[in-house]
Amino acid sequence: MSMNIFEITLIIAMIVLSFCLLLTAIRFALGPSLPDRVTAFDLIVANVIGIIAIYTELTDNEDFIDVAIILSLFGFLGSVSFAYYLMRITK
Amino acid sequence: MILTANIDMGQLKEIISCVFILLGVFFMLVATIGLLRLPDFYIRMSAITKGATLGVGLILLGLAVHFNKPSMLVKILAIITFVFITAPVAAHVIARTAVQNKIPFWDRTNLTEFRTYLHREHLDGEVNGDKYKEEKEGEKAKMNEERAEDTG
Repeated sequence: MSMNIFEITLIIAMIVLSFCLLLTAIRFALGPSLPDRVTAFDLIVANVIGIIAIYTELTDNEDFIDVAIILSLFGFLGSVSFAYYLMRITK
Repeated sequence: MILTANIDMGQLKEIISCVFILLGVFFMLVATIGLLRLPDFYIRMSAITKGATLGVGLILLGLAVHFNKPSMLVKILAIITFVFITAPVAAHVIARTAVQNKIPFWDRTNLTEFRTYLHREHLDGEVNGDKYKEEKEGEKAKMNEERAEDTG
């Protein structure tokens, strides 16, 4: 099976995004504060949305894009509710 | 006249899609390196809010160009609109929480405008720098007065 330049580009994009996920996980582990971890979580959600988009394109299955819609909704809800919780417990 | 020769539309579509995706992935990589390397929480957050939003938008636009379908375009425009609206809101909320929790600024950040703002709003004496706390303390004082009246 010969790979055209399109598939090679998509696989390179996938590899770079996985590397981004790894670097974000390092920041998530380092901290040093709780808001740092919340923003790292935000970036993890954005990276996963990108990975899902590229996977959708690679497999030509358009059902996966619904997962990205739901994930973008829940990422926002998660970070805002966590910030609200953080605001209340420090009172 | 060479340009009007037979252009393979499928290949053109793939090339445009590839350019969008590679640009988006580049912005994501810049945002992630910013998150890992920049000196202070607020600067890191500014880096990822701009970079990751633009990166996700470009990757999804590449996807829309590849599929070339109205139903797909509507879904992707929904995601892009949602991300472009919610990312600044979430960043604002988290930054406000961080200021209240006294997350330290970088020592080379110019804070004169921030301090004049706090002084003007009479917030510089506050521990958390929030008006909500004042209201809460006012309620508590009122409750104490009521209790004193009941017992006395």
